[in-house]
Amino acid sequence: MSKILIRGAKVLGGEPQDVLIDGETIAEVGTGLSAEGAQVVEAGGKILLPGLVDLHTHLREPGREDSETVLTGTKAAAVGGFTAVHAMANTFPVADTAGVVEQVWRLGKESGYCDVQPIGAVTVGLEGKKLAELGAMHESAAGVRVFSDDGKCVDDAVIMRRALEYVKAFDGVVAQHAQEPRLTEGAQMNEGIVSAELGLGGWPAVAEESIIARDVLLAAHVGSRVHICHLSTAGSVEIVRWAKSKGWNVTAEVTPHHLLLTDELVRSYNPVYKVNPPLRTEADVLALREALADGTIDCVATDHAPHPHEDKDCEWGAAAMGMVGLETALSVVQHTMVDSGLLDWAGVADRMSFRPAHIGRLEGHGRPVSVGEPANLTLLDSAYRGEVDPAGFASRSRNTPYEGRELPGRVTHTFLRGRATVVDGKLA
Amino acid sequence: MKRHLISAADLTRDDAVLILDTAEEMARVADRPIKKLPTLRGRTVVNLFFEDSTRTRISFEAAAKRLSADVINFSAKGSSVSKGESLKDTALTLEAMGADAVVIRHHDSGAPHRLATSGWIGGSVVNAGDGTHEHPTQALLDAFTMRRRLVGADAGLGQDLDGRRITIVGDILHSRVARSNVHLLHTLGAEVTLVAPPTLVPIGVEQWPCEVSYDLDAVVAKSDAVMMLRVQRERMNAAFFPTEREYARRYGLDGDRMSRMPEHAIVMHPGPMNRGMEITAEVADSPRCTAVEQVTNGVSIRMAVLYLLLGGNEPALTAGNGTSTRTEESK
Ligand SMILES: [Zn+2]
Repeated sequence: MSKILIRGAKVLGGEPQDVLIDGETIAEVGTGLSAEGAQVVEAGGKILLPGLVDLHTHLREPGREDSETVLTGTKAAAVGGFTAVHAMANTFPVADTAGVVEQVWRLGKESGYCDVQPIGAVTVGLEGKKLAELGAMHESAAGVRVFSDDGKCVDDAVIMRRALEYVKAFDGVVAQHAQEPRLTEGAQMNEGIVSAELGLGGWPAVAEESIIARDVLLAAHVGSRVHICHLSTAGSVEIVRWAKSKGWNVTAEVTPHHLLLTDELVRSYNPVYKVNPPLRTEADVLALREALADGTIDCVATDHAPHPHEDKDCEWGAAAMGMVGLETALSVVQHTMVDSGLLDWAGVADRMSFRPAHIGRLEGHGRPVSVGEPANLTLLDSAYRGEVDPAGFASRSRNTPYEGRELPGRVTHTFLRGRATVVDGKLA
Repeated sequence: MKRHLISAADLTRDDAVLILDTAEEMARVADRPIKKLPTLRGRTVVNLFFEDSTRTRISFEAAAKRLSADVINFSAKGSSVSKGESLKDTALTLEAMGADAVVIRHHDSGAPHRLATSGWIGGSVVNAGDGTHEHPTQALLDAFTMRRRLVGADAGLGQDLDGRRITIVGDILHSRVARSNVHLLHTLGAEVTLVAPPTLVPIGVEQWPCEVSYDLDAVVAKSDAVMMLRVQRERMNAAFFPTEREYARRYGLDGDRMSRMPEHAIVMHPGPMNRGMEITAEVADSPRCTAVEQVTNGVSIRMAVLYLLLGGNEPALTAGNGTSTRTEESK
């Protein structure tokens, strides 16, 4: 097997060190390591992180290959510094059987760019009525541990309770898309000052918060673990903080876009800002950043939601919800959390690799950068500044809200089990 | 004035007064035996309606025809066109046909804004009602009606509605008419009070330049104009209020309430009226109710808007530059 020497990298933002990769694992970490027989990557003070892990990616295959495929999605993930992604279940057909999750898992293996861990649907067809075969999906080759009806809320309290109880048998977790359906009928954006002015149907914060409150209570009652997808309001943060203070097994994620963008942007009526949950207010954004910094929110998850151009190049009401996020996630986190002083690079490693891997019970990812560990690594040039140009995206879709915006940081290298998937910012 | 009319909030005080004054000139045309001006000869105005509204479409059509424009009516109801490609594809077609102005009515808030800013089309865009967002020409015709009644037709030229107290009653939450009126009336110096059950007042209304009350009786006595909005019966089924009877009692305008309005005060309604719901027949048919005048005035206002966006010479269109001369014949 080949050897790679990464020379002079700030491991988790610390003092520059050399990291020697031998085959699929990290062989040595130290200073002045010998490069004999190894290919050398001069890091020159770049930041070395454990390979990023996303808990929330929409890869669209099977069924919407015009938006994304497992191959294009994993390429985008690699470019963004990810070595593992969890693929959401809202595909066509829905990933609610062992057959579909195995198909996605296998396609991930074949892609070679990034490990793909399928998420199984909680209910058949995401319909919220009947539990899907959670056990069979767990026992399949894909070994599913995370279950979610994402895109839809498991709003029936009894179904949610049963799902939470049932997955305890194999240490699974239910990832809830918290959206009270009745309170969000006709909702098009955050309910508040801007929605009142624009005449767009309001999506009240309480529609998210009331479900989170219910679910943390349910999880506590049955002694299970629940994960809350894409928190978007200050009130949601307060509920999760309270649940954690009780010692309950609750985890939560926030998307990069909810750490940066606000509903003021919707004034443009540009559907690139149409997303579920919707962009909220400045006060919410600040509360989310603070909660990610203090650990109330466990991790960053992209909610990468690719859509073809025509689904966004239209009027607001007709547009699809969602934005791509894999290729810009680390830059947005650097901008909002690191450059603002809220989080150091070790904190980023924790929120974007260690914790999401742990929540998903994903083996071989989210490991320390130390000897004997799998060589899943990401090298970041944090000094880089540049405008986001979606034309160069590896994703099949271009629906980014950051087009033309200057963001810091650029992933120059990604290694998946010792093999470079990205070299000098380009797919290997 | 800008190239498009998307929102009443985009109008400055001078823009708005210019439109009202121009509408007075246009109103005189309606009194002539031949109700036509050559102003927009050779120009094409498209009425692009994604939502049925015969009243509004006919009003714009009459306005464009009185200015000698060629009018194309394009009805594209939302359900018949596939999602996501409807507006853009239609716009590209209209652009290829050389539309100078597109009057658009759409069920989605923001669709006219999108049409005007996405580069799909080169002509002027006039918002004829978008979702629950705005309906600026309705607000202009309402303001025109108020100025005529409360200030005077000829005496009103150059005037705004400074200090007039206007009350808007009903389904504020879903009303594009209310949104546009709040912006425009505020710009024109009026004091606006919205009256509705709390369920029909949008969250965030505290940022609007107006007062909000839940008590109609408390405000009618000090109103120069009371504008009753149409309340859709479906709102009752969605639990915005308990029963029609309760709504009518608390928020409807009947003869008794009208009698407590100041003598000069008028009752307005954008139509069509639900008699017995938000307004009783007695009030609707009284000489104080301006609903029919509003329809007539709508044509004058829309003539003024099309004229200023398409036909008026450039200096007259630039608001607030002190230029008041404007030639009636621009080529
Ligand atoms: Zn979701």
